[in-house]
Amino acid sequence: MKYLHDIGEYFIMLKKVFGRMTKTSVLRGLIFKEIDDLIISSLGIVIFISFFIGGVVTIQTALNLNNPLIPKSLIAFTARQSIILEFSPTFISIIMAGKVGSNITSSIGTMRVMEQIDALEVMGINSANYLIFPKIIAMLFYPFVIAISMFVGIAGAYAAGVLGGFVAGEQFLNGLQNDFISFHLVYAFIKTFFFAIILATIPAYHGYYMKGGALEVGKASTTAFVWTSVVLILANYLLTQLLLS
Amino acid sequence: MIQVNNLHKSFGKEEILKGINTQFYQGKTNLIIGQSGAGKTVFLKCLLGLFEPTEGTIEYNGQAYSSLDAEKQRDLRQKMGMVFQGGALFDSMTIAENVMFPLRMFTKQKKSEMMDRVDEVLQRVNLENVNHKFPSEISGGMQKRVSIARAIVNKPEYLFCDEPNSGLDPKTAILIDNLIQEITKENDITTVINTHDMNSVLEIGENIVYLKNGNLAWNGSKDEIYKSEDESLTNFVYSSELFKKVRKAQLKGL
Repeated sequence: MKYLHDIGEYFIMLKKVFGRMTKTSVLRGLIFKEIDDLIISSLGIVIFISFFIGGVVTIQTALNLNNPLIPKSLIAFTARQSIILEFSPTFISIIMAGKVGSNITSSIGTMRVMEQIDALEVMGINSANYLIFPKIIAMLFYPFVIAISMFVGIAGAYAAGVLGGFVAGEQFLNGLQNDFISFHLVYAFIKTFFFAIILATIPAYHGYYMKGGALEVGKASTTAFVWTSVVLILANYLLTQLLLS
Repeated sequence: MIQVNNLHKSFGKEEILKGINTQFYQGKTNLIIGQSGAGKTVFLKCLLGLFEPTEGTIEYNGQAYSSLDAEKQRDLRQKMGMVFQGGALFDSMTIAENVMFPLRMFTKQKKSEMMDRVDEVLQRVNLENVNHKFPSEISGGMQKRVSIARAIVNKPEYLFCDEPNSGLDPKTAILIDNLIQEITKENDITTVINTHDMNSVLEIGENIVYLKNGNLAWNGSKDEIYKSEDESLTNFVYSSELFKKVRKAQLKGL
């Protein structure tokens, strides 16, 4: 019953977010600030993880391909498919649920504890729109993060495969281009768009309706991370079933 | 003036406010007092429009809040200023930005005009050279004064204060009390203060509403309170030995 209540409350919050809009000049500044906080500041960790995971995928694939009949270019093919289809959109999103999600929950939750949300409401401001709408708009730039992750992941795969001596450079590039289906990229970016909305709104919900003090802000951040991850995994399954089966 | 008619507020089966009828007067400092759990905060949040009454009406200069459409409720809210217990200043903004916030949101003034008004209200609350500081860089008393400045910057008709001097030393608390009273008189606004502080009651209590278990138990001024025969009120107001002596002196006409 509590889950039903929470789901209902989540959609009521979304309705409120897209309700009465904040003054455009104020909103513009907030959106740029959120793009900086949520997108730009995440690039470092995304690039770091993508590069090394790309490399690890390549090494593991190479070590498991012992059969001389299987061409070495398959290493690049496998790395590409893993990175584009799953690693960059889904794995990075779960990491972002920890980084961006906890940032959103704790910042909104702290404002709730400090009565700053009440202050906005008393002034006649739609607090949900003021606080959450800029985060949703900022997260629409999330596909760019994933595009960078894909590029860097493949670069990491190349570096590990070629510099590690597992595959020749030409073979790697051939494998990278083999059987490329452009819809796989479309599928990845459709997933990413839905994940961006999930990453912005579920942590925001946990912060916005938080009750209690400083201790509860921490608990809300943890709960938000767990639920964002669960919803991401479920959405991943549903979207894959819908788009690829 | 704010007129409260038969105000009830329940959460589930628990009734917090049980039919309150009272008035808060323009140009006066109106105080809501009562023990913890008496319903003061719920009452204040009903007055602010943050809680919808279960029954009854609240009229602001003759206009019942519940009878207004959403647009007019928002317009009315913009005539309200609020000083929160913890200040509720926005951490990511400087003091000047905090005070300017209502002007940025609701007026079309130029930045220079807004800055002039910010300087004016900050001077009024006796704060100087803090414009570029962040809330975390100033003391609790200064934060309260910034909160008052933000509440009055848009020239409100109603000023609400939730425990404005909690956590402050007695001298600063009296300064804040006097500041609120002066601002009330200067701007002829309706000020409602929710307080636990008996110094405030005896200092600035021009109209005192005493709540007990969600009911209005007593209503009067600071000059009448010591004559009250309501035992729970006198026990509450004159709870310390010092205040008991004050009451004795008041009764003797000293």
